[in-house]
Amino acid sequence: MAQVRVTVDGVQYADDVEPRTLLVHYLRERLGKTGTLVGCDTSNCGACTVHLNGQSVKSCSVLAVQADGAEVTTIEGIARDGKLHPVQEAFNECHALQCGFCTPGMIMQSIDLLGDNPDPNEREVREGIEGNLCRCTGYQNIVRAVQSAAEKMKPGVQADVQSPVSVAGGGD
Amino acid sequence: MLRKEDARFIRGRGQFVDDVQLPGMLHAAVLRSPYAHARILSVDASAAESHPKVRAVITGDLLAERGLAWMPTLSHDVAAVLATDKVRYQGQEVAFVVAENRYAARDALALIDVEYEPLPPVIDARRALDPGAPLVRDEIDGRADNRVFDWESGDAAATDAAFAAAEHVSALDLLYPRVHPAPLETCGTVASVDRVSGKLTVWGTTQAPHAHRTLYSTIAGIPEHKIRIVAPDIGGGFGNKVGMYPGYLCAVVGSRLTGAPVKWTEDRSENLMSTSFARDYHMSGEIAATKDGRILGLRVRVLADHGAFNGTAQPSKFPAGFFHIFTGSYDVPAAHCQVTGVYTNKAPGGVAYACSFRVTEASYLVERLVDVLAHDLGLDPAEVRRRNLLRPEQFPYRCATGWEYDSGDYPRTLELALDLAGYNELRREQAQRRHEHAETGNGTLMGVGISFFTEAVGAGPRKLMDIAGLGMADGAELRVHPTGSAVLRLSCMSQGQGHETTFAQIVAEELGIPPDEVEVVQGDTDRTPFGLGTYGSRSTPVSGAAAVLAARKVRERARLVAAAVLEVAANDLVWEKGRFHVRGDPAACVTMREIALAAHSDLDLPDGVEGHLDATCVYNPPNLTFPCGAYVCVVDVDPGTGQVKVRRFVAVDDCGVRINPMIVEGQVHGGLADGIGMALMELMAFDRDGNHLGASFMDYLLPTSMECPSWELGETVTPSPHHPIGAKGVGESATVGSPAAVVNAVLDAIGVRHADMPLTPAQVWRAMQGTPLRTDLAIGERS
Repeated sequence: MAQVRVTVDGVQYADDVEPRTLLVHYLRERLGKTGTLVGCDTSNCGACTVHLNGQSVKSCSVLAVQADGAEVTTIEGIARDGKLHPVQEAFNECHALQCGFCTPGMIMQSIDLLGDNPDPNEREVREGIEGNLCRCTGYQNIVRAVQSAAEKMKPGVQADVQSPVSVAGGGD
Repeated sequence: MLRKEDARFIRGRGQFVDDVQLPGMLHAAVLRSPYAHARILSVDASAAESHPKVRAVITGDLLAERGLAWMPTLSHDVAAVLATDKVRYQGQEVAFVVAENRYAARDALALIDVEYEPLPPVIDARRALDPGAPLVRDEIDGRADNRVFDWESGDAAATDAAFAAAEHVSALDLLYPRVHPAPLETCGTVASVDRVSGKLTVWGTTQAPHAHRTLYSTIAGIPEHKIRIVAPDIGGGFGNKVGMYPGYLCAVVGSRLTGAPVKWTEDRSENLMSTSFARDYHMSGEIAATKDGRILGLRVRVLADHGAFNGTAQPSKFPAGFFHIFTGSYDVPAAHCQVTGVYTNKAPGGVAYACSFRVTEASYLVERLVDVLAHDLGLDPAEVRRRNLLRPEQFPYRCATGWEYDSGDYPRTLELALDLAGYNELRREQAQRRHEHAETGNGTLMGVGISFFTEAVGAGPRKLMDIAGLGMADGAELRVHPTGSAVLRLSCMSQGQGHETTFAQIVAEELGIPPDEVEVVQGDTDRTPFGLGTYGSRSTPVSGAAAVLAARKVRERARLVAAAVLEVAANDLVWEKGRFHVRGDPAACVTMREIALAAHSDLDLPDGVEGHLDATCVYNPPNLTFPCGAYVCVVDVDPGTGQVKVRRFVAVDDCGVRINPMIVEGQVHGGLADGIGMALMELMAFDRDGNHLGASFMDYLLPTSMECPSWELGETVTPSPHHPIGAKGVGESATVGSPAAVVNAVLDAIGVRHADMPLTPAQVWRAMQGTPLRTDLAIGERS
């Protein structure tokens, strides 16, 4: 057993875990953060994407002990004061989800993408989410949603929307 | 209308099966066969049983003692739950470990010692019926070969006569390779047996929860009222989650043995190796025509690889599903098909991945044949289609194999697609590029592919169609609460298709209740009416009709209540959306909300009027619905590498009345991506020993955002005359229609008559050299 101290969606945890425990299983099974999902066993699908210290990672490919001392943000930690993140809103408005299984990972990846590139063109969005598989949408509405969220998040568009980077880093 | 279900999914608050946590819940893992075909000499589980965190190890012998080692399939066959005598495909279930957590369960698999005696496998379906071929199913008394069935449809003599008299015949052998639906969520279950009440509760990834309850009861001997199936949120189904899998039954046995809930979640490689595959049809097609391209007949032979157990999920009387809709969208005077199913040492399945019961195969066949006919006659493929498409006045149209198509305006649908694509301009650009390429040897090759498909969805009329003896009718129960909101309970089960939203819209339209005030309940067999579930694009045709008719029954009850409130005769009332008013006096009215309260009040109702506002309906469809579509794909092929880029994809779908256009378009987008995947990337191939070569996402390639273009959609609306609101199914249309468009485009680009899917860069390059491969066997055999 090894100890892991980690902040997840703004809450601090200290747990003993087996060193081999994958971060995604720690989040889902120990912390009950079942919003983060598992779609493959070879790190291809990205359904498990979360933010680790503000950067998107596939949590099936990170050991829980590697997150020791880190801040993890999941899909459950990005709404603030009951208000959805602009990317969450845009996914709803653009019909960018169907079964909803890739959606948490896709939203987390999209937030990371917009942190790096606040105004991506279509090709840049497609490149930015290529590590996330979706079986339902054919991607087009996801691309639209990310670009729509980028519009919402432009400075001055909506004063109360926080930038994606600060959201990625923590979450209340 | 935006989707109601999004609220939870975008917050990570969906509840999928693997999210279910119950007190004391145990976790399971499956030991699988490394061999495609081998006799089992012994299974020693003692070391696994001694593992401190293991609570039970279930073997084939343990199940055999309980009469559960084999289960009936949906196709009048049986399938092994856990292997006893031998294993028949790589990845087959051999033992089931129940432990305190998922890591320990996996650890214990390595402690089970199985002694195998390898046997020669049957891998190439075309060799399955050879004399002396190894017998896959030697446990069946008297079985001498690997034949599953022979089935035919159409008029053989008339078809032969049409071919004998024809000016031209084109023939083509083609393979629709084995692929897999690969829903992003794999299959899984949580089984919980209550030892006091005897009640079994199963949370499961099932597209057909009521049928599953009946099957659990039949197989496990538990009375149906003691079984509750809960299909929670499902992370995509695509036909993968229709049938019963061994892991489900083992979890029930595991819960019985341990007295605790047992969760089983397969991983991706298990999903790809052992759950229902799709396609695997080897087709020989012939098309007879006049020299100017008028089709006179179609003749088809199919060899269908069903794997080791015949587990296809389809109406019982249709062993090749609805393949006999292979005359497609054309006025074909004579047609005949013959289908032979064979056993091989591969996983069972066949009907899955938005196939509408083999319509994918039928549509691919005819759309390739029509293109080959155009190729052979030197005609434009769009023009050949124009000359043969059914005309609007021919509907209802009975095709040569007996289907009665309900409605369609095919010429209009085709011309819209060609206009949206700018077809003539595309051909001019193509000619220009070909010229440049010939002059300079540089540049990409451009291809344009057309597919015009007719779907057959909404199974189906119960006197013709049943699954495992259960007629394919579906129920709906609608209850309006005293304050005017409503709950609609359905037998179908969404896996992302948006039923919570669209069925609320149906009720809203019929009763004038806001859709946000209509709760849609599905998936829980204790809370919903019986029915056959969601697959084959049947929700809108069957359950949709049931919901409409239940709502109309409620409306008629509401009329009687309104008459009592307004103290007039019921037939003096006029319905306008959301209210009844007295004929000639619109001010004398009563709203649905007021009627709902009155129906539950002390209002004096006439004799025979029950009060309250509720109704049920079981809908037995009179026919299928037949949506259609015209697709145009434009590709660029790099002649140096064989790399294909899909530049544009234009899709015009006609599914009759569209309940929610946004959701229809999303369904089409997803199906078009499937088409690109199957045409260019997806494949489950096997080597000579039966090793599965597509058993992970490293090898089984799904389209990402980079392979898919921005889709260009159009629509025509030709309502189904027999459906209560004129709506047809649509969910599978794009998966059915799009692969042929992509393949036709690629072959058009490289000027090759045919090459089998998937058209990977290597396959395209080989096709350009005149040596395309058979793609299903990794043994280098030519097409």
